[in-house]
Amino acid sequence: MRTTLRTGKLVVSLVAVGALALTACGDGGGDADNGGNGGKKNNGQGGGTSVELPQLKGQKLEVAAVWSGPEQDNFKKVLTEFEKRTGAEVTFVPAQDPIVNFLGSKIAGGDPPDVAMLPQPGAIAQAVKNKWAKPVGTEAQAQLDKNYTQGWKDVGAVDGEQYGVYFKAANKSLVWYNNAVFENAGASEPKTWDELMDQARTVYDSGVTPFSVAGADGWTLTDWFENVYLSQAGPEKYDQLARHEIKWTDPSVKEALTTLGKLFGNKDYLAGGQDGALQTEFPTSVTQTFTGGDQPKAAMVFEGDFVAVNIGQTDAEIGTDAKVFPFPAVGDDAPVVTGGDAAVALKDSQGAQALLTFLASTDAAEIWAKQGGFISPNKEMDPATYPNDVLRDIGTALIASGDDFRFDMSDQTPQAFGGAPGKGMWKALQDFLKNPKDVDGTQRQLESDAAKAYKS
Amino acid sequence: MTRTRKVVAALFLLPALVLLGALVLYPIGYSLVRSLFDQAGDSFTGLDSYQEVFTEDATRTALKNTAIWVVVAPAVATTLGLIFAVLTERVRWGTAFKLVVFMPMAISMLASGIIFRLVYEQDPERGVANAVLVGVHDTFAESSAFPKAHPGRESPLAEEGGGFVTRDPVRVGEPVALPLVGVAPDKMPGSARPAAAAETDPGKVTGTTWQDFTRGKGVGTLGGIDAEELGYPGMRVEAVKDGTVVDSARAGPDGTFTLSGAADGALLRLPESNFREPYRGASWLGPTLVTPAVIGSYLWIWSGFAMVLIAAGLASVPRELLEAARVDGASEWQVFSRITVPVLTPVLAVVLVTLMINVMKIFDLVFIIAPGSSRDDANVLALELYDQAFSKGRPDIASAIAILLLLLVIPVMIFNMRRLRREAKR
Repeated sequence: MRTTLRTGKLVVSLVAVGALALTACGDGGGDADNGGNGGKKNNGQGGGTSVELPQLKGQKLEVAAVWSGPEQDNFKKVLTEFEKRTGAEVTFVPAQDPIVNFLGSKIAGGDPPDVAMLPQPGAIAQAVKNKWAKPVGTEAQAQLDKNYTQGWKDVGAVDGEQYGVYFKAANKSLVWYNNAVFENAGASEPKTWDELMDQARTVYDSGVTPFSVAGADGWTLTDWFENVYLSQAGPEKYDQLARHEIKWTDPSVKEALTTLGKLFGNKDYLAGGQDGALQTEFPTSVTQTFTGGDQPKAAMVFEGDFVAVNIGQTDAEIGTDAKVFPFPAVGDDAPVVTGGDAAVALKDSQGAQALLTFLASTDAAEIWAKQGGFISPNKEMDPATYPNDVLRDIGTALIASGDDFRFDMSDQTPQAFGGAPGKGMWKALQDFLKNPKDVDGTQRQLESDAAKAYKS
Repeated sequence: MTRTRKVVAALFLLPALVLLGALVLYPIGYSLVRSLFDQAGDSFTGLDSYQEVFTEDATRTALKNTAIWVVVAPAVATTLGLIFAVLTERVRWGTAFKLVVFMPMAISMLASGIIFRLVYEQDPERGVANAVLVGVHDTFAESSAFPKAHPGRESPLAEEGGGFVTRDPVRVGEPVALPLVGVAPDKMPGSARPAAAAETDPGKVTGTTWQDFTRGKGVGTLGGIDAEELGYPGMRVEAVKDGTVVDSARAGPDGTFTLSGAADGALLRLPESNFREPYRGASWLGPTLVTPAVIGSYLWIWSGFAMVLIAAGLASVPRELLEAARVDGASEWQVFSRITVPVLTPVLAVVLVTLMINVMKIFDLVFIIAPGSSRDDANVLALELYDQAFSKGRPDIASAIAILLLLLVIPVMIFNMRRLRREAKR
């Protein structure tokens, strides 16, 4: 503890340290009390900023994340602001996917980063199980309570204890389309799955292949399935399936695969046919939809808000050339499947907690939101911060869905099942895309892989 | 040797021994121990992980593919190298040719992988391999004019064997409408003119076949000709009675066609030849072809290496031996197979063995070229090792594979060492 701190701030930091000590003892009650005080103090002192941070002059922090390219640059802008406010020195540590294994080797080597950005709830659970993760402190908890809905707090919690601060969200229930193609064909934005098939036919009749599917990247296929399943079978079944409480041989899975098979089974509806789709990687699936004028390789591409980043590599303008509609309702309600990255502290340091606090604040969210390619789960953030209407709509829709959203299923399952190339869900759905008639075989394969993965 | 000399010798050896121990022996020993413990590394499981290596599908494919690699790649690379070496010896610009063949060796495996990922692209507009295949194919078999054309909603046409046929028989004096949709505007033949209604002729069957679709307006009048809709010039129309073609015609630029009175009462068919899908080339990176395709890229890199070594060996073949054989009336083939190859055998063996060791640890090419969907069909041991260790979090299995690879390399190494020793004695 440095003696140069001014008294007001000293109190705050003392509270934070106290809270840390308490949480370390696992004292839940004390936590809540301190949280209340800390929160009030922050609000009172707020002034021009929405969050009060301790002075950390001379401290060094490390943050590990798998981001690269523009995402990394934008995140570094957030970190720079943190450095400016606290005086701490923050280093960005580029990590490889899967980050859990990367952290494992870092921790085994005795040099964990202070904070890691974990992309899956499954990874948070694993970090907690391995006793790497440290619970969120009072300050950060106060920010979370103020800015986040219960649903977004829950995905970052393990056994009732808050560990993750969801800084970045992804809305994975979007279909992007080439506006010129839709106008030529006289197609319109569909609201239901049947309408989607109808519009696909209209587009096909105009001489353009309707869908671009990135079959080479298994995760896009799991997202297809999750959206159909969530909408068709409902959130309860979705949760059960994510926890493997119902089997993959369940009739509801059969129904979802059969529905999806109507699209995947029509080789004229997929750019390059099934074989071509299986060799199309995600970035190509986007660019081939938005290049080639009004005769692109495909008219629609399904995936999350981050598609915008790849559209940025083409000449298409988001909002005019490239438009977006929510994933149509297969059952009663349209699905909202989300993803996101959570900050988790791996060291019991004051700096780590301060950074979590900052990331949970509206100020931090606004810095990246302004840059684009980012959706914030922070409900207090002003939607006007988003740089364009498309992102604003996606962001507002995500907040508006309240707690009805469901987190990406493949991110919740054990990694060997939901997140490994050439294995589990990825592989099974790729095989399904190759042979969409074999619904039963796909289900059996999914179930046997799931049984293996959930056992270990 | 005196005592001090021994100590001095030991001192001099020490750095090398320490390095060897720390960097080679210790890791091998640790991998061996690690492979006998479970995933977390706490409990001894004996040979369980080895059993898993041999029973899991993924690792078995990896084993099988590595076997294919070891058998095929070095043999083909050496053969190609031999051919190049022998031929370049006899041409004028031999050195330049050698330089070109050897050049891929200067590129890293990673970069070569990226190059070949592009070469093998499915889309003939992007992938060179398929562009060549499609080019050759299209020279011999013409592609059709209207791929992807299909009947729209409530169409009078039904699909039949890749073509389309009217649901009802046609009559003379009643113009027939054969609307289709789905031909992309840039695929439309340049001679296409706005479609026109066929004239009524009491002695003949007339009709129009056209694209029942206007840009920006959709179908317009369903099954009726709208102002901007184009005819299908050159579309073949057949009149079929009881399975035999009684008459046929081709549509004009405005899509109109006329058939003789014999077509009265027949069904009109737009045969499959109108709609044949353009040839798209082979799916190089699909599950069946991916391993040969990756081996192909390996040959591109390593044939040059084989060639250079063999050419060096070739230079030491005594000229007088070859001359003598030729004087004695041996044909060029006999000279090659009876003299050049036997004399070169030691060099060929070196090249073959070096490549075998190299191929056993092949990783980067497969890692980069194989797309996610056929990655496990292209799997090899080194790649599986990496996957198990770094993405599946199974250090036990990874160690077991590492030991297995070591065991596989040992016989080749022993062979190599024996040969070296023999050579040293000579």
